[in-house]
Amino acid sequence: MTIKLGVPSKGRLMEKTFDWFGARGVTLSRIGSDREYAGAVSGVDGVELVLLSAGEIPRELAAGRIHLGVTGTDLVREKLGQWEQQVQEKAELGFGHADLIIGVPACWVDVDTLEDLDAAAAAFRRAHGFRLRIATKYHRLVREFLQDNGVADYQLVDSQGATEGTIKNLTAEGVADITSTGDTLRANHLKILSDAVMLKSQATLFKSRKADMDDEERSAMGTLLVQLGLDG
Amino acid sequence: MADKAKIRARAAKLSAEFEAAGALPVEMPVLLPADVLLDLYGEDIRGRAYVTSDALRGEQMLRPDFTVPVVQMHMAHGADPARYTYAGEVFRRQEEDQTRANEYMQVGYEVFDRENSAASDAEVFAVMQEALKGVELRAATGDIGILAAAVAGLETTVRRKRALARHIWRPRKFKALLDRYSGKAEMPASRAALLAADDPMTHDYPDIGLRSQAEVAERIQGLRADANADPISPLQVELIEALLNVRETLPNALEHIRVLAVDMPAITEAAFCLRDRMHALEARGVDVDTLEFEASYGRTSMEYYDGFVFGFYVPGRADLPPVATGGRYDALTQVLGQGREIPAVGGVIRPGILVQLEDAA
Repeated sequence: MTIKLGVPSKGRLMEKTFDWFGARGVTLSRIGSDREYAGAVSGVDGVELVLLSAGEIPRELAAGRIHLGVTGTDLVREKLGQWEQQVQEKAELGFGHADLIIGVPACWVDVDTLEDLDAAAAAFRRAHGFRLRIATKYHRLVREFLQDNGVADYQLVDSQGATEGTIKNLTAEGVADITSTGDTLRANHLKILSDAVMLKSQATLFKSRKADMDDEERSAMGTLLVQLGLDG
Repeated sequence: MADKAKIRARAAKLSAEFEAAGALPVEMPVLLPADVLLDLYGEDIRGRAYVTSDALRGEQMLRPDFTVPVVQMHMAHGADPARYTYAGEVFRRQEEDQTRANEYMQVGYEVFDRENSAASDAEVFAVMQEALKGVELRAATGDIGILAAAVAGLETTVRRKRALARHIWRPRKFKALLDRYSGKAEMPASRAALLAADDPMTHDYPDIGLRSQAEVAERIQGLRADANADPISPLQVELIEALLNVRETLPNALEHIRVLAVDMPAITEAAFCLRDRMHALEARGVDVDTLEFEASYGRTSMEYYDGFVFGFYVPGRADLPPVATGGRYDALTQVLGQGREIPAVGGVIRPGILVQLEDAA
């Protein structure tokens, strides 16, 4: 049997991943039409390419349905409880850099730190009768971070996209999202809290701790990792 | 994990004991409207409770505890004084430790009584202790009311006292605020710059979002006033820290707190309450001479306890959750009572842990 390598199925993340493996003598490619999610591996034997949404790769690794997977650290930490026991970080790939941050309107000139955010949230709740809303898709990471840092009187509202727009639409007062350049935040008149970088994420090759391997597969894994310069 | 039928049978026995003590058995729903719990506990509850939803009723939570529905029921149509008992599953989401139960039985005893709070506190504690007799347990007690009184009595601004009171349940944040207000920790550079600016409200950023520029200006005014206020004196900080460190048998703790009250007159009333409770516990046959009192106890648990707090623990088994916990939650009845309030105190036992201990014995 073969070991399965999960790679993001589209966009820059897929291309950069292909480049990273290609530079190490492992050629990954898509086959068939542009719309067909099928792939091929050459340069090493016993490895099968599985094209998946980056957001589903953590789950597939944890379930042991793929042996290796490329995805962002942010997604692994958000989606997997006790992630270190389910997956192992094999290599940081040096692209897909993004920080998980908290953004608030730039016109909140009184707010720069988490301490300010907490105080502003308390006053906001007194004035408006409900907790200050922070829009995000990283519920677990943000909740744990704010709890650890003593921020109260906030609530998270789910936002799976166009998160920066929620403030102007009056459906949230702040956002917690990943950003690489901060351009989208600035374009939406937001600023980043100075002490609230929750996570520095980048595309990372993870190995599942849950996927079973027979002798043949273990040997294919060993060969692949050596080829990638990551020793077995 | 002991088998469920056995735990149910043990729970039934506890319920019978609580009924014999005068409690009315009540049934509570398993699905609770999420908004009430979210408003009460904030986002933290989402990390502890399972949330589900349907298109008609919106978000619902699988009962994370009984206190909220029992208080709501009492406030809606209960006549006081009242004593209730209930038994059933609670559900707690576990994201860090798979060995911790995410579903377990609780059997509770709650007292709603306007007269003599000390007697009600002692009653709940004694009823729990009686129900747990035969198992070797360590009891811990505390009193959030003493801390709250100490904070309210600080010689400083209302604003600072309000901020400290809000974070009594977050010890690290509480300490950080105390350091800031006593001048031990310097203000962040960004705040210093904000306060030094002639007119920070003049800027080119568009006004977006629900939090208005008037609210921003108001907070800056508050920060300015705070910067001009005297720091909390080292003596006051020392007193608060001494109070937080009180950890002795109840009679010794009471003596200690009375001594502290000489310099902190604000806690005098709370110290009297502690004394009355000690006497009430004694009258109930509790051995107060060996009962532990810890001023910081209960600070990291649920935010609604505001007076007496207690827990029963298995000695030498830090891996096991407490067998029983409870406390006073007067303020909660005010929040849920929409204008009405009634002093209330209660506790729960986990029959599952009890069976585990009794089987091992």
